[in-house]
Amino acid sequence: MSNHLIDLKDLETDEIKELLYLTDRFVEVSQRPIPKVPALRGRTIAMLFFEDSTRTRMSFDLAANRLSADVLEFPTHTSSLSKGESILDTVETIHALGVDALIIRHYSSGLPRKIADEVGVAPSVINAGDGSNAHPTQGLLDAYTLCQHFHGLAGPDASLSGIHIGIIGDVKHSRVARSDVHAYTSLGATVTLVAPESLQPPNLEDWPVQICEDLDSVLPTFDAVGLLRIQNERMKEGLVPSVDEYVQRYGMTETRAADLRDEVVIMHPGPVNRGIEIAETVLDNRKNVLIKQQVTNGVPVRMAVLFRLLGSGVEID
Amino acid sequence: MADRERRMTPPYGGVFFARTTVLDAAQVERALTRISHEIIERNQGLEDVVLVALQTGGVEIARLIARSLFKIDGVDVPMGTLDVALYRDDIGLRPVMPEAETDIPVDLSAKIVVLVDDVLFTGRTIRAALDALTDFGRPRSVQLAVVIDRGHRELPIRPDFVGKNLPTRRDEVVDVNPEGVLLGEMRK
Repeated sequence: MSNHLIDLKDLETDEIKELLYLTDRFVEVSQRPIPKVPALRGRTIAMLFFEDSTRTRMSFDLAANRLSADVLEFPTHTSSLSKGESILDTVETIHALGVDALIIRHYSSGLPRKIADEVGVAPSVINAGDGSNAHPTQGLLDAYTLCQHFHGLAGPDASLSGIHIGIIGDVKHSRVARSDVHAYTSLGATVTLVAPESLQPPNLEDWPVQICEDLDSVLPTFDAVGLLRIQNERMKEGLVPSVDEYVQRYGMTETRAADLRDEVVIMHPGPVNRGIEIAETVLDNRKNVLIKQQVTNGVPVRMAVLFRLLGSGVEID
Repeated sequence: MADRERRMTPPYGGVFFARTTVLDAAQVERALTRISHEIIERNQGLEDVVLVALQTGGVEIARLIARSLFKIDGVDVPMGTLDVALYRDDIGLRPVMPEAETDIPVDLSAKIVVLVDDVLFTGRTIRAALDALTDFGRPRSVQLAVVIDRGHRELPIRPDFVGKNLPTRRDEVVDVNPEGVLLGEMRK
C-alpha cells in the first residue's frame, strides 16, 4: 500500500481486506473502558476541510485522538488561502510545520491526488471526499458495516460474496457510490445501481455493476440497500422533476419498506433528508436500518487507515 | 516463539532452525505445574487471580497453567488475552500489526493479574503490556510468569515465575510450545 489513501481503486483487494481486518482490532479497542491507545503518540495530523462535513470530520478527529495523535485543524475560511495563497503552497507550509498526515476534503474532484503527487512520500495524504470522485473511508466503512452485519466481523478474509446490494439515487454526483461500488465488488458482492437516466454517470460500461431505472422491479432481489443523499442543487438543475416524483419513484417509502423482507438492511451515508430518500417512520422504527452503525464504524475504520499509513512501520513500496 | 515474531524478527520472514532441545514435553509440563504451585503459594490461594496471556506466544501456555491450577486447587481461574502491538515503543521502527485478539473478560481493578508469556527477552513487550493493563483497570498487583527467561533485558523488569533460565546469544531464537522448548536460529 502506498503512503497515501486517495481512492480505493489504488488498492489491491488484499489491501482492502487487510484494512477491514485491522478494523476488527480497533472495534475491540473502541469497546474498552478506556478506548484509547498510545500507538500514534507524537504524530500530527492536519485536517483541511474545504467543504462542510459533520460525521467524516468528527470521525477522523476522534480516530486520531483515540490513537493519541495530535490533530491540527486548518481553518480553511480564515487562513492565507483567503489571501490568495494557493492550496499547494498551503500544503507546503503545513508540511514544513512537521505534519505527518493531511486529511483533505475538497469540492473539486482529483485535488487530493494532485496534492499527493506533489508531496511525494510525506506527509501522507488521505482523501476525505473529493467532488464526485471518491470517498475511500466511506467505502471502507460501508463495506465493514455489511461484513459486520452478515458475518459478525470482517475477519482475515472479508467477503460479501453472494450478497446483492442496490445503490439508489444520485449515482452521477456521488463519490460515496463510486467508492462503495469498488469496495463491495472487490469483496465479491453483486451491485445494481438504481437511478433515473439523468442521474446515471457517463461511461457506465466501465463499472462492474448492473443498472436499472425501475426500483420496484429489482427491490425484491436486494439483500442490502444503500440510499444516496439527493442534493437540493440537483432539483434546481432540473435533473429531478420534483421531490414528490423522486420520492414516488426512488424513495424508501413506508409501502416499499413494508414489502421488503425483514432481513434486508438499509444504509445511508448521511445526512438524511427525512421524508425524501427514506420515510421518517422507516428511518426511526424499522429493524436493520444500519445508518447509526455506519457512523459508529467510521471511527475504527479511520483508526485502521491512520494506523496503517502512519504506525505500522511496514516498508513503503 | 509467536508466529508474529517469527515473521518480524530480522531478517524478516526467515525460517527457524532448531539446534538443541532445551526442554522436552514432560519437562515443560513439570515446569508449568511447578509455576502453578508457586502462583498458588505466592497468593495464598487463587482468590482474585486472573491470568492474562500475551498474544500470541503466551496463550497456549496460559491455557495449560489454567488447567494445572484447576487440577491442583479446583478453581477455574479467569483468563484473558492481550495484544500489545498498539502499546509498543517501536511503532514506526519495525513492522507492528495488531492482529490477535485482546479479550479481557473481567474488570481488572483490585485483581491479582498474572501475565503469561512464552519467552522473556528485552522486557519491552512486558513494558507495553503493563501500559495496556492500566486501560482495563487498576490491578492490586501484577506478576509475571514465563517459560523461558533468556536474559538480555533492556528495561528493569524481572519475572516472578520462571520455567527455566536459559543463557542465550542475542541472535539466537527460542521456540516454545507445549511439545518442548528449542534453541536455534533464523535462516533466510
